[in-house]
Amino acid sequence: MTRGKPWAWVVFGLAALYFLLPLIATVDFSLRIRRGTYSLDAYLNVLADPRFQQTFSYSIFIGLTTILVGIFIVLPAAYYVRLRLPQLRPLVEFVTLLPLIIPAIILVFGYIRLYSSSSWLPLLGWQVGGQYIGGPILLTFAYVALGLPYMYRAIDTGLRTIDVQTLTEAATILGANQLTILAQVILPNIVVAVLSGAFLTLAIVIGEFTIASLLNQQVFGVYMQNVGANRAFEPAALAVISFVITWGAMGMIQLLARFAPKTARKE
Amino acid sequence: MPFWRRVRSGLSGGTLTALLGVAPFVAFAILFLILPTLGLVVQAFIGADGGFTLQNIVDLSQPQIVSSFSISLRISAASAAIGAVVGLIIALAIIRGKLPESIRSTVMTFSGVASNFAGIPLAFAFLSTLGRLGLVTVILKTVFGIDLYRSGFNLLSFWGLTITYLYFQIPLMVLIIAPAIDGLKKEWGEAAATLGATPYQFWRYIGLPVLWPNLLGTLSLLFANAFGAIATAYALTGSSLNIVPILLYAQIRGDVLQNPGLGAALALGMIVITALANVIYLVIRARAERWLK
Repeated sequence: MTRGKPWAWVVFGLAALYFLLPLIATVDFSLRIRRGTYSLDAYLNVLADPRFQQTFSYSIFIGLTTILVGIFIVLPAAYYVRLRLPQLRPLVEFVTLLPLIIPAIILVFGYIRLYSSSSWLPLLGWQVGGQYIGGPILLTFAYVALGLPYMYRAIDTGLRTIDVQTLTEAATILGANQLTILAQVILPNIVVAVLSGAFLTLAIVIGEFTIASLLNQQVFGVYMQNVGANRAFEPAALAVISFVITWGAMGMIQLLARFAPKTARKE
Repeated sequence: MPFWRRVRSGLSGGTLTALLGVAPFVAFAILFLILPTLGLVVQAFIGADGGFTLQNIVDLSQPQIVSSFSISLRISAASAAIGAVVGLIIALAIIRGKLPESIRSTVMTFSGVASNFAGIPLAFAFLSTLGRLGLVTVILKTVFGIDLYRSGFNLLSFWGLTITYLYFQIPLMVLIIAPAIDGLKKEWGEAAATLGATPYQFWRYIGLPVLWPNLLGTLSLLFANAFGAIATAYALTGSSLNIVPILLYAQIRGDVLQNPGLGAALALGMIVITALANVIYLVIRARAERWLK
């Protein structure tokens, strides 16, 4: 058993102070809406606000759509790169890193410039009174881009732990076509990895502000910013709610990691 | 045998199927990552008359833009440098300081969450902590008699934003540097001690030189991370703090610079800086990994 060195405990204590104080302060502040007593009124105000319910459910909806579209785009690409097109791997990996390199505000600026001037790609958005409104479809694609690095990493890690080649051969012998193999053989085998990518995507998307705000989409992040500009105690309640969601999503990933297959195929 | 031929053609001949499978990814990358960014880069060099010009780049030298770049660069550098040093010390404490395993896993899990806890809620958390009515501000004033705001501190300022950014910068550093510290083999320390090296000499001549590329690489990653961040700053300060992403936000919203080409040039400036920082990170990381196998 190790006891730990004294200086290490001091460092840990100071770090704990810096990281826990804001959490404690936020919880404390969120309970102080009534003078002289703790109450949950700030939370009740938020939860009862129809704008909260609308924006939150809209964000969840966009988040789930983002995950589905993300899987549809990433899974076949990662699968075929692993199975047949290994020469494309460096290129694909570089592309999946792009959303980390290009700030979100640049991406959305690019979308607005590219898709508002002409309607050469339909359904992405429309002009309302001279202002460009990006639709839910454009918002979803933007969020797929934000989640791309995480979704690709998760799925690629999942594919590494199973024997893609043998599974594909076996399924082909049994007469399965490519679509069946992907949907009914590969996907169920890496479902844990896909889910961890999904939760990470959800955690990123659920409170996103910059892109949604510039596309004029009323999502949870934009609602939070509005409340922050106009109220005193409700923002703290929203911060607590949002931290619980992030914590929940990350906790699910940790939990899922325990069910993931541990035996990696050597390559 | 037709059966085996089918299996073989399914495995080696189906390049067309494979390309079809990669097609959605390629289309997505072109339409939503590459074209939008390239479009901005091109527009930065197009004048009001539609022809090629360098005027937009030259116009970046106006005082408001220069000062926004200066503030952004300083906040990113400060939060990256402090985040890297503090993160390194925390990682060293949990790994080399032999803290119990349970503390180590708690710190790593918490770092995973905290490094994603950016944006609007983070601003709210720090307003509740160090704002004018924040818990720490009030406690310092009533218990210790220290008036933070009278002594010149303001959350809506350079240092306020830097302290707030550290909340996701430090955990990111811990997450990235911990595996590198794990890679410092125990035998190196024992060998150095056998030869009579003091702990200082070990870190001066062995530990730090091995970690150095990783430290520099992560530093540039943290820098890019802070430079592109906007939501936290926007929720914290509104548009009172003139940093590049907030200026760009205002430009996209209402063309405050009154020149669309200049907006694109501003975006180009951001792309160049974050791309440069990230390329440094990727190149250095590739080199550092050779050492720590």
